[in-house]
Amino acid sequence: MEPLVRHKGKVACLNRVNVDTDQIIPKQFLKRIEKSGYDPFLFYDWRYLENGEINEQFELNQGEVQGASILVAGDNFGCGSSREHAVWALRDYGFRILLAPSFADIFYNNCFKNGVLPIRLNSDSWSKLAPYFKGEERWMTVDLERQEVEICEGMVLSFEIDPHRKQMLVEGLDDIGLTMRYQQYIEIYEKEQMAPYQRVYD
Amino acid sequence: MGSTLFEKIWNQHRVYQSDDGQSLLYVDLHLVHEVTSPQAFEGLRMAGRSMRRLDLTFATMDHNIPTDNPFVVHDPIAKRQIDALTDNCREFRVPLADLSSAEQGIVHVIGPELGLTLPGKTIVCGDSHTATHGAFGALAFGVGTSEVEHVLATQCLWQSKPKTLQVQLNGKLAPGVAAKDVILGLIAAHGIRFGTGYVIEYTGSAIPFLSMEERMTICNMSIEAGARAGLIAPDGITFAYLKGRAHAPKGVEWEKCLDDWKKLKTDVDASYDKTVVMDVSLLSPQLTWGTNPGMGGSVEGVVPHPSEYADEAQRFAVSEALQYMGLTPGTKFTDISVQHVFIGSCTNGRIEDLRVAATVVKNRKVAPGVRALVVPGSKGVKRQAEAEGLDEVFLQAGFEWREPGCSMCLGMNPDIVPPGQRCAATSNRNFEGRQGRGARTHLLSPAMAAAAAIAGHFVDIRQWELEQTGGVAHGTIGPA
Ligand code: SF4
Repeated sequence: MEPLVRHKGKVACLNRVNVDTDQIIPKQFLKRIEKSGYDPFLFYDWRYLENGEINEQFELNQGEVQGASILVAGDNFGCGSSREHAVWALRDYGFRILLAPSFADIFYNNCFKNGVLPIRLNSDSWSKLAPYFKGEERWMTVDLERQEVEICEGMVLSFEIDPHRKQMLVEGLDDIGLTMRYQQYIEIYEKEQMAPYQRVYD
Repeated sequence: MGSTLFEKIWNQHRVYQSDDGQSLLYVDLHLVHEVTSPQAFEGLRMAGRSMRRLDLTFATMDHNIPTDNPFVVHDPIAKRQIDALTDNCREFRVPLADLSSAEQGIVHVIGPELGLTLPGKTIVCGDSHTATHGAFGALAFGVGTSEVEHVLATQCLWQSKPKTLQVQLNGKLAPGVAAKDVILGLIAAHGIRFGTGYVIEYTGSAIPFLSMEERMTICNMSIEAGARAGLIAPDGITFAYLKGRAHAPKGVEWEKCLDDWKKLKTDVDASYDKTVVMDVSLLSPQLTWGTNPGMGGSVEGVVPHPSEYADEAQRFAVSEALQYMGLTPGTKFTDISVQHVFIGSCTNGRIEDLRVAATVVKNRKVAPGVRALVVPGSKGVKRQAEAEGLDEVFLQAGFEWREPGCSMCLGMNPDIVPPGQRCAATSNRNFEGRQGRGARTHLLSPAMAAAAAIAGHFVDIRQWELEQTGGVAHGTIGPA
């Protein structure tokens, strides 16, 4: 995965609480066989009207947030089913950073497996933030190394993240990436320790 | 102190031991099928990764292929999964037994049949019944899609060491009592969770009398007891089964492997974390009446009453199950009629299973109103059965003779049981909706299922006079 050390991006804001994974990606899109290409289905029922037209009211359909890579969301974001598809959809849409007062557990874990950084903000800073991102194009910078978010000049918030997960993102490692660090052991094993029956015979 | 068979395999495959108790285990054989692999291949592609060991990976298609004409797939989702596997195997160059291959079949049937499954190996597959391969003294278990991807990329898996459970099977099976009855009886006696957190090793005086097919049936359903894996130490029967199989070692290599394999048994001074003992000579044919594999009993019994259970939660579960199954407490099992019979699956879709079933149906007719299906576990099994004329026996009796696949075991293909109808099935799960929405599944042995098809209701197979069609002896070697 692409390492995430410092990220500057456009901000979109979804001022709603308890956004569940069914809203993030409805179940009819779970039967796909791919792990990518989920961007058209993100927030499907909100993004489109029943007749399939774009819902002009929906936050992410506003002109000033097109191309956003940072999402500011409400409390308990990502609750509901464990589907990893929710993170895949957010990632494929272009989001790399999520900020919310809190995230659902499984969703939070799934983010790290896919190179997405979820930042927990205390509700105080969040309530100050949300209105700021309305109606105008806004940018912010996230510095994962220093664990800081620069909202605008002079306004910097710090955040907590456990060191192991931080390292995974900073180095662009996923579970497989981590195991790859043991590659030398795997190679030694293959060379020296494998028994005859572990081989393949044709 | 000595080691158990499980510990020997575990230690042999440990690539790295981390401080937090996790072991990085090497995987000798990775079996792949169409349902749990597409996102794993896609993950590799997205990360620009390649596969570590093509030579240790083997793919087949089984779960959702139609068994009437496998080449005509009407369900678009099934079609996409089949096509995706074909494309992925082509792109990553994974060996694939596709629908036109003579080797195609249910993943857990073809592994042993092709000699890919060997004693002492670690084997994984994105399917919970991978435990089947444990019959050969291999450590085999099911994994999820993200782990499938992990194995494709690294040929390893992080695992924490499970505990060991010895299931000692003593005595000899009575005529008419099958390996399926052993595992169903065991789960009925000890519940569907007694193996949770453990790897089972089946030992005891019953083992030398069991053929490889019978051992596979028992190991297959270890997962229904909650265990991720079930093992049986390899012996002469194992070696005889494997010798000469397509991917089994040959010549000098065979001798070298044999030396290793003979050491694959639990040392006399080793100890297990837990032991359960069963005298299999006392077993009757079994069948399930409820909605999990532990809800079963002997064929001479009756449908239980919820009040027979001490525990409130159990009483509730039993009454719910009986309601779903449409059964009245006190009904004799042999008075329950069936509308469908399914002989097949990775539990009981092998040549010996078909031979036994054929013995039962020979010169008899399927009861009116019963739809009976035989689905061989693989192309190899089908060929062998046809060479022995078993297909004719089934067809003359009024059975349908299908192409290999998982079929009615999970109803992902068009073979499903309609709501409210009852099916005698040789598969491994009787969960609500498993064979179709509202379908009522009873698990039993191939002989018992075949007899139910003829009688139109469950029967005690021990009361039937059977003609021998030959080749049903214990320890028979399957198709080469
Ligand atoms: S036959 Fe049934 S249990 Fe076996 S692999 Fe197929 S679906 Fe799974």
